[in-house]
Amino acid sequence: MFGATVEFYEVFLLTVRDVAPVVLLVVFFQLFVLRQNIPNLRKVVIGVILVILGLSLFLMGLEKALFPIGQIMAEQLSESKFIAKSYEDPKSWVAYYWIYIFAAMIGFATTIAEPSLIAVAMKANQASGGTISMWGLRIVVAIGVAISLTLGTIRIVTGTPLYIYIIVGYIIVMIQTIFSPKRIIALAYDSGGVTTSTVTVPLVVALGIGLSAAVPGRNPAIDGFGLIAFASLFPIITVLGYAQITELINKNKKGKNEI
Amino acid sequence: MNEIILYIKKSYNFLNYVFIKLRSSFMDLLPILVVVTFFQLVILRQPFPQFGEVFFGSVLVLIGLMLFIEGLEMGLFPIGESMAYALAKKGSLPWLMTFSFLLGFSTTVAEPALIAVAQEAARIAAEANLIDADQSSKDSYAVGLRLTVAFSVGISILLGVLRILKGWPIYYLIIGGYMLVMIITIFAPKEIIGLAYDLGGVTTSTITVPLVTALGVGLATVIKGRNPLLDGFGLIAFASLLPMIFAMLYGMILFN
Repeated sequence: MFGATVEFYEVFLLTVRDVAPVVLLVVFFQLFVLRQNIPNLRKVVIGVILVILGLSLFLMGLEKALFPIGQIMAEQLSESKFIAKSYEDPKSWVAYYWIYIFAAMIGFATTIAEPSLIAVAMKANQASGGTISMWGLRIVVAIGVAISLTLGTIRIVTGTPLYIYIIVGYIIVMIQTIFSPKRIIALAYDSGGVTTSTVTVPLVVALGIGLSAAVPGRNPAIDGFGLIAFASLFPIITVLGYAQITELINKNKKGKNEI
Repeated sequence: MNEIILYIKKSYNFLNYVFIKLRSSFMDLLPILVVVTFFQLVILRQPFPQFGEVFFGSVLVLIGLMLFIEGLEMGLFPIGESMAYALAKKGSLPWLMTFSFLLGFSTTVAEPALIAVAQEAARIAAEANLIDADQSSKDSYAVGLRLTVAFSVGISILLGVLRILKGWPIYYLIIGGYMLVMIITIFAPKEIIGLAYDLGGVTTSTITVPLVTALGVGLATVIKGRNPLLDGFGLIAFASLLPMIFAMLYGMILFN
């Protein structure tokens, strides 16, 4: 119990350091530039304390529970013993299929739990007057992350260069942008940036570096990177795609009604 | 007597509230539990390592997420919104720009994820003989990269806020940005490309995202002629795009 308390204290201090610049900035502006009091000051202060406390507990729990397990699993799934068992030709990139499935599923699951995405989904729901549902947005983004991690792990195993995937992804995003409903575009771009924070990044980095260390001929320093870049690109594609599909369905419905 | 009943009623309501919030956080975490359990028991066929630790950690994650979300609605969102309203009311463009830049810069420069990535980048650059291998040149490389990235996030928020004010359509800016990334990629040193791409993802922390989003949506709500959904978002998008460009430029200028 004593160890846990010390650990909590350390994580808590780190979170406070994270929040400190924001608090200083806001206090400075309120006092010297805007010269006014923050409305509902007591409530806001309690809220900030809850955020710091909550984030510290969350991070500490992740370090205790999720990260070690995720790392062990990634290692076990890329072990040559396990690979040899699951496919007749262990040298083929197909032999690593459990890794791809694991990457997809863990990417989906961690994105659903990502606190910054929850925050953006709350705001999107509010700003759209309820037409964008919180769970809808989170699930579509999570599917995007699942696709990214699968492609990203395939890239590490096959050793194909990162920039080809990224450039193709960018071209798809640009084409989609032209044809997507305009009101969704800014939110879609934002979804790309928020997917990769507290929960996903450490796990994804561990997965990338573990995998590139296990696959013969890969260098963790070069091949281990890039998974985060993937995870910030494909959610944009899925969110834009989802908006395009819903618009198409609505148009068809309208067309039928008119007939 | 009545007071006791009132007290019981109050605590019942409070417990009920906490229970509902806990249940919703549990739903957020359920997919992770399902995936981990499935792979551990069905695919790898192994018992959970350190079950007690993992269970204790999961409970912490659950309570932490619940408190965080509660704090978002009570604290971070209102701060972002009230700053947006107050700055819009004051009507001073320089102060709004200063606030936006500092919000991006100050939250990024000390970001632990960025510090870790910058140090890793310095190590790789030294191994590739792009910089001297001694500690002081590695440190100055890492600090330079951090400052560059923090500066670029500051510029991103500033640019995003300016976009909301002026009502510029986001897609021109973003598509222009992507084209720039692709062009610079061709000329950037290989060693920095993967890293620069990843930097775009790590700059936006869990504290920054809610604040910045509330600021953007708040501004788009107060300013006449702007739509919260259409114009309020996009600040994070800039903050994940510009660091890539700046980090690659940093590599090009330093190595050539």
